[in-house]
Amino acid sequence: MRSRKLTPGAPTVPQKLAIHFALLCLCVPAMLPFIWMVSTSLKLDSDIYGAAKTGASAFSLASLIPHPIHPQNYPEALRTVPFQVYLFNSLGLCATTIVGAVASSAIVAYGFARMRFRGRDFWFMVMISTMALPGQVTMIPQFALYRWLGWYGTYLPLTIPSFTGGAFFIFLLTQFFRTIPTEMAESARLDGAGEWAIFSRIVLPLSKPALATCALFQFLGTWNDFMGPLIYINNPLKYTLAYGLQQFYSSYDGKWAQLMAAATLFTVPIIVLFFFAQKTFIQGVATTGGRN
Amino acid sequence: MGYLFISPWLIGFLVFTLAPFVTSIWLSFNRWNIVTAPVWVGAANYRALVANDALFWKSLFITLKYAAVAVPMGVVAGVLLALLLNCNVRGIAVYRTVLFLPSIVPAVASSVVFVWILNPQIGLVNALLKRLGIIGPAWLADTKWAFSSLVLMSLWGVGGSMVIYLAGLKDIPVYLYEAAIVDGAGPFVRMRKITLPMLTPVIFFNLVMGVIGAFQYFTQAFIMTNGGPEESTTFYALYLFNRAWRYMDMGYASAMAWILFLIVVVITALLFRTQRKWVHYGG
Repeated sequence: MRSRKLTPGAPTVPQKLAIHFALLCLCVPAMLPFIWMVSTSLKLDSDIYGAAKTGASAFSLASLIPHPIHPQNYPEALRTVPFQVYLFNSLGLCATTIVGAVASSAIVAYGFARMRFRGRDFWFMVMISTMALPGQVTMIPQFALYRWLGWYGTYLPLTIPSFTGGAFFIFLLTQFFRTIPTEMAESARLDGAGEWAIFSRIVLPLSKPALATCALFQFLGTWNDFMGPLIYINNPLKYTLAYGLQQFYSSYDGKWAQLMAAATLFTVPIIVLFFFAQKTFIQGVATTGGRN
Repeated sequence: MGYLFISPWLIGFLVFTLAPFVTSIWLSFNRWNIVTAPVWVGAANYRALVANDALFWKSLFITLKYAAVAVPMGVVAGVLLALLLNCNVRGIAVYRTVLFLPSIVPAVASSVVFVWILNPQIGLVNALLKRLGIIGPAWLADTKWAFSSLVLMSLWGVGGSMVIYLAGLKDIPVYLYEAAIVDGAGPFVRMRKITLPMLTPVIFFNLVMGVIGAFQYFTQAFIMTNGGPEESTTFYALYLFNRAWRYMDMGYASAMAWILFLIVVVITALLFRTQRKWVHYGG
């Protein structure tokens, strides 16, 4: 660290202790819901409700640790509702929308960033402004359109639109493509390369971090999407995990241990992904404003 | 040639955004249940909403209250967290990870987890309160507490905006602080004259997105309370959804969607007009 003496934020020891104390106090409520979710998912229903018979019992640290540990809630939850099927459906949708959104957004962004044509800036402005358009305004006619096309009850309303690119991704990639120096593209053009070759051979390979951010956020968007399946999916075998979890909750009221097991299974992939791609996550949120 | 490249988006925009956008104006002047043909009713939907629908006004009020309470609270909490995390202490990356994690939990998962935590009889929160000798309320089942429960829950997910503020803090040039120290400015003056003004563009961005988000607040209300008890958490987006998909009142819901759109445009415009007074762009 250069010239630490002058830069602010080099705290003294008591200040450091106070900061640690404040942060620790904040970390407890941040983590407690996770701990409680996992702990409940490993408890016996009788242990959960046993406390209730004597009226609401006061909290004790021991209640955070299941005793006995009852991992059977997980297989039982998987038997109550076909979560494997939902998982498969969610992963399939994620894969499709990631391919669709990343490929199309990259192509469109190349057009906006590297091509010159009349009306380019106008369309770019239009695209930016669609980001602030509340979904409710287009939701109902979209539903009518998909129903008319015979897409209701299929995955098409959840996948096809992603192939037309996402405004946030296009914006992100356009900004990124503009930072790539044009010299290489110019010399490739002199060698007879077309726009498509420049796009796919030069620009794309240099843009992996930005493409990864788009892929990650599309994954989160599809994995977490609740309203899409709620509106368009009517066959229980086509439910996604997000929708299946809500259905489980509303149809098996009171099975808290199994519900928390299901919620854990739904959340863990996101957390694992976060630890593998922490930088992409945080940079992505910081640049896109964490839409989704 | 350029149009060839942008055609995927352009076609999608025309078919999936612009056409529905225009159609929804027309639908808002119709009565339509999806099954039979739409019937033109003129401005009847708008008149009914404004004059006869108490729940419309209530849901609008609840949503505006959320925008006025939860959004500013989120800004304050996010900025405070970011300031703490901007300190140079050991293990800061671990703290940052822990405080960021709640914000990436899917809304459906956090909804069911919070229903469980806020369970009046055997939930974690009331057990903790009992330890302190307090009999906790029924939270989501209590008209007086359901809305506040949702606001508190939103604070749990504040880590997302915290990261944005943190990025904003890292962007403040160090020489500004160095110059201020040379001029003898103490930490409070530096905070008031440098840090907060330099953060205002990010705060403004989050404020605008938060207000737009309040009008789209749906999943949590749908899952956790379904608008209850006694409609105390019937957010605008939830009422619109119910009008459309529970009562198949598509024309009426389209009118609601257009009112939502106009309100969002007006509020955003007002926020942009205040911008000159308090948002500082550039060094």
